Amino acid sequence: MSAGEIHSSKAEELRVVNQPLPRPDQREKIAGSTSYAADFGMPGMLHARLVRSQVPSARILRRDVSAARALPGVVAVFLGEDVPHNTVWVDVPGQTVRVAALRASMEVLATDRIRFHGEPVALVVAEEESTLARACQLVEVETEDVPGVFDPFEALAEDAPAVHESGNLLAEWNIDRGDLEEAFAKADAVVEGTYSTQFVDHAYLEPEAGVAWVGDDGVVTIRVCTQVVEHYRDVARILGLPESKVRVVAPYVGGGFGGKEDMTVEPYVALAAWRTGRPVRMQWTRDESLLARAKRHPMHFKYRTAAASDGTLLAEDIEIMADSGAYAYLSALVLLYSSVHACGPYKVPAVRMRARCAYTNNPPTSAFRGFGGMQVVFPYECQMNRLAAKLGLSPDELRKANALTRGDELPVGQPIETEVLLAQTIDAVREAAGPAPQPSRAGKLTGRAIASNFQSYGRCTWLNDSAAAWVGFQLDGSVSVRCGVPDIGGGQASSLAQITAEVLECPLESVTVYFGDSSLTPLAGTTTATRQLLMSGNAAHVAATLLRGYILHGVALELGESEESLELRDGEVVAVGRTVPITEALTMCRRLNVPIEALGTFFGPKGKPVEKELKTDRVFPDFTFGTHLCDVEVDPETGEVTIVRYVASHDVGRAINPLSVHGQISGAAVQGIGMALLEEITLDHGVNLTGGLFQYLVPTATDVPDIETVVLESGEGLGPFGARGIGEPPIGPPLAAVASAVADAIGAWVTDLPITPERVLKAIEESRA
Amino acid sequence: MTSGGALAGPFENEVTLSFEVNGRRVTRRGPGHLSLLRWLRDLVGVTDPKYGCGEGVCGSCAVQVDGQVVSSCIVLAAQVDGAKIETASGMCGDDGSLSGLQQAFHEHHAAQCGFCTPGMLMAAASLLEDGRHRSRDEIREALHGNLCRCTGYGPILDAIEAAQAGREATGPRAGSETKLVAG
Repeated sequence: MSAGEIHSSKAEELRVVNQPLPRPDQREKIAGSTSYAADFGMPGMLHARLVRSQVPSARILRRDVSAARALPGVVAVFLGEDVPHNTVWVDVPGQTVRVAALRASMEVLATDRIRFHGEPVALVVAEEESTLARACQLVEVETEDVPGVFDPFEALAEDAPAVHESGNLLAEWNIDRGDLEEAFAKADAVVEGTYSTQFVDHAYLEPEAGVAWVGDDGVVTIRVCTQVVEHYRDVARILGLPESKVRVVAPYVGGGFGGKEDMTVEPYVALAAWRTGRPVRMQWTRDESLLARAKRHPMHFKYRTAAASDGTLLAEDIEIMADSGAYAYLSALVLLYSSVHACGPYKVPAVRMRARCAYTNNPPTSAFRGFGGMQVVFPYECQMNRLAAKLGLSPDELRKANALTRGDELPVGQPIETEVLLAQTIDAVREAAGPAPQPSRAGKLTGRAIASNFQSYGRCTWLNDSAAAWVGFQLDGSVSVRCGVPDIGGGQASSLAQITAEVLECPLESVTVYFGDSSLTPLAGTTTATRQLLMSGNAAHVAATLLRGYILHGVALELGESEESLELRDGEVVAVGRTVPITEALTMCRRLNVPIEALGTFFGPKGKPVEKELKTDRVFPDFTFGTHLCDVEVDPETGEVTIVRYVASHDVGRAINPLSVHGQISGAAVQGIGMALLEEITLDHGVNLTGGLFQYLVPTATDVPDIETVVLESGEGLGPFGARGIGEPPIGPPLAAVASAVADAIGAWVTDLPITPERVLKAIEESRA
Repeated sequence: MTSGGALAGPFENEVTLSFEVNGRRVTRRGPGHLSLLRWLRDLVGVTDPKYGCGEGVCGSCAVQVDGQVVSSCIVLAAQVDGAKIETASGMCGDDGSLSGLQQAFHEHHAAQCGFCTPGMLMAAASLLEDGRHRSRDEIREALHGNLCRCTGYGPILDAIEAAQAGREATGPRAGSETKLVAG
């Protein structure tokens, strides 16, 4: 196998799906004609900005907006008291059905207590954007510092300052399986390690932005870059309006990665438009985005791994501590993902796992590509590489011998129900990479390592997930698809066009997808959790299949033939002895009252809600497995790490669009490499010191090699045509692959991220001491 | 509707500036403190240059000013009054057709969310302008001022190499890059 290839285990005749077709949305983007959230404006539009707290933990003593209101050009200044219901309820976002609330909340605008640096306190609305900075300065907020806590371990100490009255322990999950004591007692090798990950930012190129207006029908419409159009419900609750009177429209989004899963500008532009009666735009600056939007959870890990001399895993003893920051957001769920994925894609008979998540006065943390399932790859795969070294076994064989296979159970009790190609992904990256790297010059050190992972796709089964899509023929034979999916750049909309064209046997160019409108397109749920191909993809497949049946039914009635004797092929209905062009078939259907449109709804696999003690069956619909290989060169004089080669292989089930699959894997690998080597939000006692992209180091083209991909297709996924999700899974392995390759090069481990030159030098020094 | 005309005026420190934007002469009055990026987006209504960082780091706002690639977020519009401005949307033919470079971006999947793409195209067009052959590593180096968070860069490098190969085989295709060369 070599990079860039696709290896398919099942041959299926596919015409549009599985083809590397350039995406229509990309053409518009490349032509520069796509209208992103901040590119849109309306006559008479106002501009809005938030006044944010300058301190991480304080009580608000006084707020005075009179000077700001008096500034010429300022239209309004709002405080928490001006918000009809000043609470954001952090339920599970984007539900298409009702689920129990997580009971966590925060104020839309803080009135009494400041819990993090950057918390919104007031909303300024002005005629001109240029007025906003001065107006915000004129809002007086007098505060009195309250002792804060900035470390999750300290937050759980008995005398710690309480971030919330309910206490600082936000969530905990436990796993107890098998006899841990016995397993460690009979183990031939035990590997212990502690690991930590840092605060990182999504750093999509498009900062948060949106425009809201009140239509002549009284509907508040918000056109916003979001991964979740279903936030219209949250806005309705805040404004005290019926859900039917709020509409969210998501244009093409300039990157999401989980950072646009929670609300950003929505409640503020909606409030301002609702109160002023005029259209309002808000666009966050990059500094604001880095300061205040939720980050990835920093996590601390303690792993003890027990194995027999032949490498058979016997037990994992795991402690996880996550920093939730000042508010709950999705922390409890993120920690659940960490817990379920904590032992990796391996059979582990005895497990003790304790995961906790604490409030601090740091920036809030929430969803970020991989959603807790990625941080744990760092410890569990470093442990595997250390174990292989300790036992003198090949890291490949160690993984293959312990790999989950169909019929095995995860430590939480979830059965693996589809075929697992983990071993094949290991062979694929080895074969593509070839011989180990050689130093580019004397004195440099080289290293190579692999890391495997698995990551769920689709939401937790007890959320009763569903998605709907509508597919209809136009009278000229062209096809419209309507689906509420937000398109955040991964080809979410164009995949639906490919699936529809495949089922309806029509040219891809004849399909137009209308997407991301909470009022006008059927709700499809969030573009998160690697769920849209599974959910909206299957919904479109259901709708198109229904529609194909209708058309064949109509023609069969007209011709007096059986439906089974007919088929759709190349834009025609083929009958015995004759063909009926699709336009004529549509006329027949209309005459006979047969529909030429269909609504398809897909329901995700179901499971039971989980308890704190995780002992259940199916938590997630299914998983995607893969392996990455990393070659590094380290300069032992400077500590600089250069990635010289990087190969990634995943079983994607079926690649709906191989170009998009390669793009997802390549982009995720680089985002993971950025976290491994470069990226960090720097805090000093809760004060966010990272003021821009000068300080927050996103990898550039010169920081990373080409990501070589080998795509495997088992056809085993639960998505349409056997596809698995691939949006999040490839961000898992880079942390461990890079750290283990560095360890291979320098003979010492850096287990705190990011792996900076300073840390590399320190590790080298300590190993020599 | 784009954001053109979002500013109403009259403004403090008002100035009148005139640019040739993508071949179109545009004269507007506006606040003297506006960056070229905001002038183009809010007054001219050309929104393909994007705000990404506001400090000249990310390259999303890259445009050509009299043939030079600049970060338009850190150039005052008033500083370059009278200049000829080219943006990515100006690379398309009059009939909306894609230029050779744009076509290569499309075929090689060099855009995902697309937000960095207009700036990336400007950097790439500028690089290819002099006709000298660049190695993949030289192209990589030339893109270090343009961040992309989606692609991992490989597909963008593929596209630029393909566009370069196309030019070397047939010469620049009719359309915008030739306009840029002429500019």
